[in-house]
Amino acid sequence: MHELAVTQRILEIALRHADGASRITKLNLIVGDLTGILSESVQFYWDIITRETRAEGSTLCVSRVPTRLRCGDCGHEFAPDGRTFDCPNCGGRRVIIMTGREFRLESIEVQ
Amino acid sequence: MVRTVSLGEQILGANDEIALANRTALNRAGVLAINLMASPGAGKTSLILSTVAALRAEYRIAGVDGDLATSIDADRVAAMGVPAVQINTGGACHLDAAMMRCALEQLDLAVLDLLIVENVGNLVCPSGFRLGVHRNVLIASVPEGADKPYKYPVMYLGADAVVLNKVDVLDAFDFDMAYFRHGVEALNPGLAFFPVSCKTGVGMEAWRDWVRQQVTAFRQAEGAGYELR
Repeated sequence: MHELAVTQRILEIALRHADGASRITKLNLIVGDLTGILSESVQFYWDIITRETRAEGSTLCVSRVPTRLRCGDCGHEFAPDGRTFDCPNCGGRRVIIMTGREFRLESIEVQ
Repeated sequence: MVRTVSLGEQILGANDEIALANRTALNRAGVLAINLMASPGAGKTSLILSTVAALRAEYRIAGVDGDLATSIDADRVAAMGVPAVQINTGGACHLDAAMMRCALEQLDLAVLDLLIVENVGNLVCPSGFRLGVHRNVLIASVPEGADKPYKYPVMYLGADAVVLNKVDVLDAFDFDMAYFRHGVEALNPGLAFFPVSCKTGVGMEAWRDWVRQQVTAFRQAEGAGYELR
């Protein structure tokens, strides 16, 4: 829901690290499913806010990271079924979130 | 020639830096800050008004209210005779650390003990933006239904306490309390849980005691050892 704000952050970071380059051609983003960030929405804002910047026309490559939980009782790792967080192995109800909260700019390609 | 620049940079890292500075300012002044998050209509303002009314004789309290527009909430808090700052996010769906910094600059922290922040009513976005507070409290309410911890796990994940408001209308809704509590506790074993009604006052004393305990613990620790929230 706040994709415009975060897309502006992405552009700021990319421009800050593109010293000496005339163009940013590609950005590699890592986005966990739990962040609630929609890739399509980021792309939509990206195309607008990069106009007349060094990142205009660049490709946003988004790698999604699925949500994985680990049971706090038996250690089993699983993807939540969307209805409960119960462990499918032992029925345990304490979980640790292993992946899904990632949100970082991994690298950029410049020329 | 194309070259790759490795970054691995957290996209909200700049926000976190400001949040850390906010918390340092609060610690220096000895002010405990509690961030209340909930969907619209869950009872954030009602909980604040009731808490302020009950605790104002014990602590010097101020409020920060985040809303898309209007100052209705801050006006209601200010009407209680405590300092209140309204932050209009201008359409943004959450408070962020820079807005929080702006609010802190408008308050005289030296004369406060407790700062209650009312985040924008939203169960998605506020979880992504740390403000620099010490405690996050999530307010759920009976009419929303019991499945919210499963649908919005990240909101619940960062909570130190969950208040379930409007328990006075439990009989009118099919609210599965066991299902709700399992969802909350799966993500936060041992989390403080307060079923209350801001309207009738039921359960409110336990909630207020928790707030008192937080102030006492904060003073003993002098602000040290808190996860950035």
